[in-house]
Amino acid sequence: MITIDQISKWYGDFHVLRDCTTKVEKGEVVVVCGPSGSGKSTLIKCVNGLEPVQQGQITVEGTEVTAKRTNLTKLRARIGMVFQHFELYPHMSVRDNICLGQQKVLNRSREEAIGKAEALLERVGLAEHIDKHPGALSGGQQQRVAITRALAMDPIAMLFDEPTSALDPEMINEVLDVMVELAQDGMTMMVVTHEMGFARKVADRVVFMDDGAIVEDRKTEDFFGNPKSPRAQDFLSKILNH
Amino acid sequence: MGSFDFAVITDNLPFLWSGLQLSLVLTLLAILGGIVLGTLLALMRLSGIAPLSLFAASYVNLIRSVPLILVIFWFYFLVPLAVGRPIGGFYSALIAFVMFEAAYYSEIIRAGIQSVRRGQVFAGQATGLSYWQIQRYVVLPQAFRNMIPILVTQGIILFQDTSLVFVVSLRDFMTVSSIIARTEGRLAEMYIFAALVYS
Repeated sequence: MITIDQISKWYGDFHVLRDCTTKVEKGEVVVVCGPSGSGKSTLIKCVNGLEPVQQGQITVEGTEVTAKRTNLTKLRARIGMVFQHFELYPHMSVRDNICLGQQKVLNRSREEAIGKAEALLERVGLAEHIDKHPGALSGGQQQRVAITRALAMDPIAMLFDEPTSALDPEMINEVLDVMVELAQDGMTMMVVTHEMGFARKVADRVVFMDDGAIVEDRKTEDFFGNPKSPRAQDFLSKILNH
Repeated sequence: MGSFDFAVITDNLPFLWSGLQLSLVLTLLAILGGIVLGTLLALMRLSGIAPLSLFAASYVNLIRSVPLILVIFWFYFLVPLAVGRPIGGFYSALIAFVMFEAAYYSEIIRAGIQSVRRGQVFAGQATGLSYWQIQRYVVLPQAFRNMIPILVTQGIILFQDTSLVFVVSLRDFMTVSSIIARTEGRLAEMYIFAALVYS
């Protein structure tokens, strides 16, 4: 469904992505991990064209993201994205946050959009918060609303950019639980995260990045059981000993 | 001269009120026009499209380096030439104020837009919203909320600046006060009163 083919990207002289190639099949969950500054977040932002690439090709469901003539707006409407800092619209209620895209992009009626918002909020256990503004919610609740906002667009795939990194530890699980459920429902997901428990539980594959390059791209059990590169071994030993 | 006699104010209330109305109408229309045009200029400046941002930057810098009174004169004499007929002191002054204030508002609004986190734009883009939808529903509402105090300040400055329209013989509040002051010989009273109204 998502094909990333030999992409490279520079910020000025800084080489952020080096010749990255990987793919995500329909229904697959792929976790992208690696030390900070390794280019994981940049890579995932390239998938829906939030960041441009200078070389290589990305295709999503047959649409070439990297082609100049592609209507990115149309493509992005079909891919959900969840951000590290939630990025809910602070001046709108939870309801309006979830309805905006549905009404303005998918042209759903207000009633239909609200119905969808209510149903999804129910699923993530936040139905009673629909009238509140994001500022009145905890981080974990905000992130669950952000996931709901993305799901309301009926996406063909979901991208998660470090969805739990900005959360207090006791809130991480409520967000991960929603993500696990989503994965088990067969959603195609690409997840940048340091949550190795989550990766072990639901990921089909793990992509390990270092210094802008994809160092390992393996089945989950192979990655954890037998990481090949010294860099990945080192990373895992640091992250798993705590 | 004798002692102060503030009865001059109450005696001339209708005349003063007519002057104040003109000042207020001019201020309000100029604020509205200035904010609309200023928002467009700010968006052009931030668009990342070189000709647009260059045009906006040049416009803003040009206008800001010229005294307001000169801009009022320009439009008083130039607009009739451009449209081929006189349009009167009020409309030429209004156009001058809108064009002038737009330059100042655009700088305020540009700062306001830049105060909105970049992630908010990403979030809008990721949902498939268009550029204009993101500006309208996501960025500008937050930007204006952050800008309210400074927009109010700029509005007050603008109200005070409307006193310059005497140069195109409009009877705004300041002109009216000054006429009364001279004809009634009550300079101190009228200018104290005018100062109180403007502050």
